[in-house]
Amino acid sequence: MKTSVVNRSFTTAEIVPAIGVYVCQCGLNIGKTVDCKKVAEKAATLPGVALARDITYACSEPGQMEIVEDIHAHGLDRVVVASCSPRLHEATFRNMMKQAGLNPYLMEMANIREQCSWVHMETPGAATEKALDLVTMAINRARLLMPLTEEIVPVEKKTLVIGGGIAGIQAALDLADNDYQVTLVEKTGSIGGMMARLDKTFPTMDCSI
Amino acid sequence: MTDAGRHPNITLHTLAEISGVTGYVGNFEVEIIKRAKYVDETACTSCGECAVACPVVFPDEFNEGLASRKAIHIPFPQAVPSSYLINMDECMGRGCSKCMDVCDKNCIDFNMSDGVITEKVGTIVVATGLEPYDPKAMDEYGYTRFENVVTSVEFERLVNAGGPTKGELVRPLDRKVPKSVGFVQCVGSRSRRRGGEHCSNICCMNTIKSTLILKEHYPDMEITVFYMDIRAFGKGFEDLYNRSRRLGVKYLRGLPGSVEELPNGSLQVAVENMATARVDFHELEMLVLALGINAPRGTRELQEMLGLQLTPDGFYLEAHPKLLPVDAATRGVFYAGCAEGPKDIKESVTQGTAAASRAVRLMHKGEIASEPITASVVTDLCNACGICARVCPYNAITVDVKKKIPAVVNTAACAGCGTCGAECRNNAIVLNHFTDRQINTQTDAMLANRPAEKIVVFACNWCSYAGADFAGVSRLSYPSNVRLIRTMCSGRVDESFIWRAFESGAPVVLVSGCHIGDCHYIDANKWTVKRVERIHKKMAKKGIRPERLQLSWISAAEGVRFARVMADMEDIRKTVTGEEIRDTIAILAEP
Repeated sequence: MKTSVVNRSFTTAEIVPAIGVYVCQCGLNIGKTVDCKKVAEKAATLPGVALARDITYACSEPGQMEIVEDIHAHGLDRVVVASCSPRLHEATFRNMMKQAGLNPYLMEMANIREQCSWVHMETPGAATEKALDLVTMAINRARLLMPLTEEIVPVEKKTLVIGGGIAGIQAALDLADNDYQVTLVEKTGSIGGMMARLDKTFPTMDCSI
Repeated sequence: MTDAGRHPNITLHTLAEISGVTGYVGNFEVEIIKRAKYVDETACTSCGECAVACPVVFPDEFNEGLASRKAIHIPFPQAVPSSYLINMDECMGRGCSKCMDVCDKNCIDFNMSDGVITEKVGTIVVATGLEPYDPKAMDEYGYTRFENVVTSVEFERLVNAGGPTKGELVRPLDRKVPKSVGFVQCVGSRSRRRGGEHCSNICCMNTIKSTLILKEHYPDMEITVFYMDIRAFGKGFEDLYNRSRRLGVKYLRGLPGSVEELPNGSLQVAVENMATARVDFHELEMLVLALGINAPRGTRELQEMLGLQLTPDGFYLEAHPKLLPVDAATRGVFYAGCAEGPKDIKESVTQGTAAASRAVRLMHKGEIASEPITASVVTDLCNACGICARVCPYNAITVDVKKKIPAVVNTAACAGCGTCGAECRNNAIVLNHFTDRQINTQTDAMLANRPAEKIVVFACNWCSYAGADFAGVSRLSYPSNVRLIRTMCSGRVDESFIWRAFESGAPVVLVSGCHIGDCHYIDANKWTVKRVERIHKKMAKKGIRPERLQLSWISAAEGVRFARVMADMEDIRKTVTGEEIRDTIAILAEP
């Protein structure tokens, strides 16, 4: 059993960080509604921010390269990406951090697309103001982020497939053919599911069993 | 089917169901209940002598009750495993024992009992399939009243060479081959009133296929299809549709308003002709209802066991509609087939393969990196009260209350919901990446300027934050003064976060999470409810209007609901005056 005990209160965050802030235009997705340049200019004045700029597509290869180069050139130690939802690209930017030699958990995202530009299209002024708030919140949070290390856990090389219809059978066979153990659980007395009850099936019109 | 049955790497459990799942990605512990078949399936050669001897006759489910079977039976001739089984609710038991007498292999055992199997697996593929719509609820088509009205599933059995009529299409009333057959589309689909609102995806093509089979067997048969829209969108589908029309099948736009039986057993179908705006009457000898597809029973139970999410029509929700189409939001769980939404065979096969490849991708190294977003204990501050251990949904915390040994977190079992941190009264638990300071600093930032205009929202990552994203993807506008703070679970929202917001001049605060029963952390959100109730009481006592703190459940699929809840929050915010906010700040500043 791996356990984790911390014997002190966190105080390390008081060190002065060097945060890089990137306000993504996402083409026109964000850029059309939010004044990204203005947001970046304001962000640059906030404490701890070493550099802030707008960027066309942060998630693209050139976009990520630009950030990585900045990290090296300006000695950035934390990054804020204001772009889409972290549910979409958090993993992308965490990988970018790793590539740049930084801890992936020192990256914070501000969701200025799904939760700003896309829902406040009619009010660009208010959207820009909100984007600035969201970026400020992310910068504040970035200042206090702590490096974290992922734990490696063993994986059981076995799959449970629930349901023995055509989809479950296909998944089970593909896994089994790849030398993984499969437990196939079917509620009824036989596998086959709906498909076993069909006559010819389209578009080939051949037998279903 | 047979390949799966004899594959050395596949262990097959039929007549079995999942009764419990614990653990996490890479290390799930699954409990399977295997119901007794009362026949040793490894010894049974499916010779069928037992069924010949069995005196108990019941309708055969596989043939939709259009044929009969015995209490001891094989599900269908090609069944895998190829073994008979006894339905004990029907069997006359030891007093009869006729099947035992004739079984040479001695594979029948009335004493067999249900077994429980526990397995450790790394990944789970959910392929629970579908349930056809029950047309009894929509009786204007006369399914319960007229014998010659059949469902598309019954029709499949009737035209199947292995079916009760050996593939001869006869109408149930007089067992004659009908000269005219009608098909009614969208039964239980695309309706706001009954059945599902969704398109069931397969029924158009299934009907087109059926017309082709009929035309092949009975070229002179008159076939009419009543439809809303024909959706022949897949590869080769339009071809089949055109072929069916070329063979003389009539396609009429308009669904029947009523169906009545004529004295000769035929059916009079009243349909509005959309072209002429007149009601036409069609006399048909048989009518087939193209049933829609619903999520099967048991979907909710499994959803709760695995911490999955559902779309409003009851199917499982994928982690991302385009980029992660077979992944569940729960890591290590994948979907295949109709469990995720209505789909045809080709798509189901594609998804089965996709799910397998996603599972392999996760397992092939034999180890994975787990998120370090877990709880840690600040031992100096812990007084070993034991609350954290009590609220942890994963039993990941151990505390010895009697001996006053401080809490210890098993990080492999900890999923990072943060409920322990929110409930700890001594601030002795830190949730990595979502510490009190990391969250409060966001509140401070958003309320630094014109706080009275802001709406503070705490949203859980899996449901409410995803619901907000969905509102965005759907371009649903809502008040722009909403500011979200993401936590992994609503259970993380500490009482102090709420006070901090009100102290800083917030007019309203919303705590939002997954619906009860949908919590990604088993049931951590039940502690959210208790906590909010507690804060409401304290607010009332202090003279702060409790309505200013709201609790709302918003799922990942409820973008519309998210936008509406935000509009409601704005309405409440407008009732909060500057004076009220100043009073609150003063009240909370008192020692």
